[in-house]
Amino acid sequence: MKKTDASWEQIGEKFVQTMDRNQLAQCMRCGFCLPACPTYQETGQEEASPRGRIALMKALSEGLITPDQTIVDQMEFCLGCRACESACPAGVPFGQLLEQARSSFAEPLPRTLISRFLRRFFFHWLFPYPRRLRLIGSVIAFYQRSGLKRLFHRLGILRLLPTPLREMEKILPQVNSRGVRKYLGSTIPAQGKKRSRVGFFYGCIMDIVFTKTNINTVHLLTKAGYEVVIPSEQTCCGALHAHAGEKEQAIHLAEKNITAFQQARVEWVASNAGGCGAMLREYPHLLRNHRNLLDDAQSFAHSVQDVSQLLLQAQESLPFHKLTSQLVTYQDSCHLRNGMGVIQEPRQLLRSIPGITLVEMKKADRCCGSAGIYNLTHPDLAFSLLDKKMKDLRATQADTLVTTNPGCFLQMKMGIQRSGLTHQVRILHLVDLLAEAMEKGSSSIPSSRFFVSL
Amino acid sequence: MLPSELKEALQKVVGPDRLRDDPSACLTHSYDATPLFQKMPDGVIYPKSTEEIQKILSIASHYELPIITRGSGTNLSASTVPITGGLVMVMTHMNQLLEIDQENLTATFQPGLITQHLHEQVEKLGLFYPPDPGSMQISTMGGNIATSSGGLRGLKYGTTKDYVLGLTAVLPSGALLQTGGKRYKDVAGYNLTQLLVGSEGTLAVITEATVKLLPLPEYRQAMIAHFSDLDHAASTVSEIIAARIIPCTLEFLDQQTVQVIENYSQIGLPIDAEAILLIEQDGPKEAVLQDMVRMEEICKTQNATYVQVAENEEERKQLLAARRNALSALARLRPTTILEDATVPRSQIAPMVREIRRISQKYDIQICTFGHAGDGNLHPTCLTDARDQEEIERVEKALAEIFATAIQLGGTITGEHGVGLSKAPFLKSQVGTLGVEIMKGIKKVFDPQNILNPGKIF
Repeated sequence: MKKTDASWEQIGEKFVQTMDRNQLAQCMRCGFCLPACPTYQETGQEEASPRGRIALMKALSEGLITPDQTIVDQMEFCLGCRACESACPAGVPFGQLLEQARSSFAEPLPRTLISRFLRRFFFHWLFPYPRRLRLIGSVIAFYQRSGLKRLFHRLGILRLLPTPLREMEKILPQVNSRGVRKYLGSTIPAQGKKRSRVGFFYGCIMDIVFTKTNINTVHLLTKAGYEVVIPSEQTCCGALHAHAGEKEQAIHLAEKNITAFQQARVEWVASNAGGCGAMLREYPHLLRNHRNLLDDAQSFAHSVQDVSQLLLQAQESLPFHKLTSQLVTYQDSCHLRNGMGVIQEPRQLLRSIPGITLVEMKKADRCCGSAGIYNLTHPDLAFSLLDKKMKDLRATQADTLVTTNPGCFLQMKMGIQRSGLTHQVRILHLVDLLAEAMEKGSSSIPSSRFFVSL
Repeated sequence: MLPSELKEALQKVVGPDRLRDDPSACLTHSYDATPLFQKMPDGVIYPKSTEEIQKILSIASHYELPIITRGSGTNLSASTVPITGGLVMVMTHMNQLLEIDQENLTATFQPGLITQHLHEQVEKLGLFYPPDPGSMQISTMGGNIATSSGGLRGLKYGTTKDYVLGLTAVLPSGALLQTGGKRYKDVAGYNLTQLLVGSEGTLAVITEATVKLLPLPEYRQAMIAHFSDLDHAASTVSEIIAARIIPCTLEFLDQQTVQVIENYSQIGLPIDAEAILLIEQDGPKEAVLQDMVRMEEICKTQNATYVQVAENEEERKQLLAARRNALSALARLRPTTILEDATVPRSQIAPMVREIRRISQKYDIQICTFGHAGDGNLHPTCLTDARDQEEIERVEKALAEIFATAIQLGGTITGEHGVGLSKAPFLKSQVGTLGVEIMKGIKKVFDPQNILNPGKIF
């Protein structure tokens, strides 16, 4: 689609208004981010590196150059994994700069009709409304269980889908439209001596695709001595919106979540998805121009913890049983690692399970290519990263691959299927492996059969 | 933007994808790691072979197009900033390690090879390539050779110049020059290999290099010593050398640096200490342990207030954390970090550090000094803000005075970063008029049209 000069001019002005000059000035161009950046490593091009992208943003914000399609493509080409932030000596908040850049062209950029429709559908109609998500969930669940899935496969209808969607369809776990709250209620008491009161952020994808993981999360937390509250008014964290430059919508969602957990009067907010947790921690930055909300956003962000952090603190209340001896490897969730700084906690928990040997995968800190909806928007790079990841996975000879984020889980499950590792490696969310070790032989966690019979 | 005729000629060599002249490509090759310098090139080209480079250079000669050869762009003297415009030639696509010759103990590679990759590959075979510049995880070997990079191990093992044995390079005419080879001895005429080492892309474009390798030392150990008096730290350095011990690293951190690191990382450094020395030794285990005992004693007799020898690998890493965190801690304090590399004879470290402190107070500029005490290579680091013109003027005056002091003390304006643009105004005071004239003469022989990295060094 041809863009008019007027809209480029408008985008240029937006850049000048939106970019935070102080954050841009922090980059000293040392280049230490280059080896950490997946898109630089894949292309070998400076403009596809964090340093290059920052230089472009800086030049745009100073009006030195005018935006064009190549520059917009470059900003979209970034995975947003934030590995550069962990590598940066100067502490440049690249994730925030990227969001500012994307929000500069999110609106003025003329998009194809279909792209505009998809953005509206996902960002404005679907994700902000948990009930609509559940509705979609039940449609997928019906498709999976009713025999339609088998029929579609037999008829070859799915061949009409683009590759990433087709592969995703194959590995999508059994979807559940009810969610953790329907199963466990809104307040679940601590077992034994109460440690503190935790609000559980269940996420949108997590709660319909990984309901069992959410249930296990609550069980583990209560077992560890936390009283768990699941506020009903919580909504999507807004990460997908913020990353795509839909800032206003993200702010709206942030407000709702802050209020929901404030009313629940909790000490901690527990998240079990790296992507969501990191976004919740970003609320003060997101709301930095909303003076009346800033204090609340700050205390909310301080209370956000990954479930692995809370469990590790209460490790003595979690005697893990011995599991069948197995090699386990852990793939970092980019945002858990680079956004929340949670690196050792999941590894320490894994090491504490008898029977498990943790083997480090080469480049476990490198993005798997999932990156929100990146595997749909940039399938070539996403698959290239995924295939490399599978090579590194194979080299570990692990029996179990552990992740801490739904996007990574689905992407790597797809990778395991693609590379024919299905019979060698199983993939689990950290919480589900911990639950296995916790409740081995006991029935307090619903078995998978429980879900099939719903 | 490149003129269309020139663009067509270059496209015939590399195809449309590896030649770019759009704003995005040009802007992202308008800088390197040096603060305060930026200039847009007319285009960017990514060659994949020596033959392509020969063709590109003969086209460049024909059109008198400046060629700025660039690796990963981590240079700290603006040596890869295209100050006259022209074509930036990015070497990162030519990154193959061609051979590790275990009989002759050499490695041969293309210039885009990442320094750390070379380290990893040779160390797998029990071999060792010692030069370890701070940016080695991303710097290219071509860039290291073009600036004769140093690093932490310079005192014991020397720098890049001590390892390069042979080069293949393309002259502006497109002609191919071979110098040296896999031989440790070679006195056939002028040493052209060493002439190209450190020439910052102004004489020829290096397309292949052979370096010598050493056996990987079997063991290493580290220690830290705190001093309440700068002179005690300096005399410790002299005493260690006088005791005929050459440690593999002997790093120095001044009080300002220690305070900034401690504030940032809280690893228990003494903020009242005037200086800290970090010492590492490698070699056969017995010899290393013996050296550590003797160095510990020397530190104590030189009035160190605290000495700790690492008991194991874990502790070794903890001790070295102070040095590793230095850049992160300094870089976070102010937006702009100007890292210089004034170098003095080892015996002049204490006077140099004291002068830097005086200059820092005189111009009211925050300068933290750390560096390689063993070889006298200091890194006075200015923490400032490029957007504050008035402060930058004071920074520039302070730096000029620091360079002058280094020369006065028998040192040099640059120990390991190169002259490039940022130190070109000071070259004459370092090497004299005659020195500059001879260098210009050499440049003319190699590059009569002045198309290779023009505007640099002189």
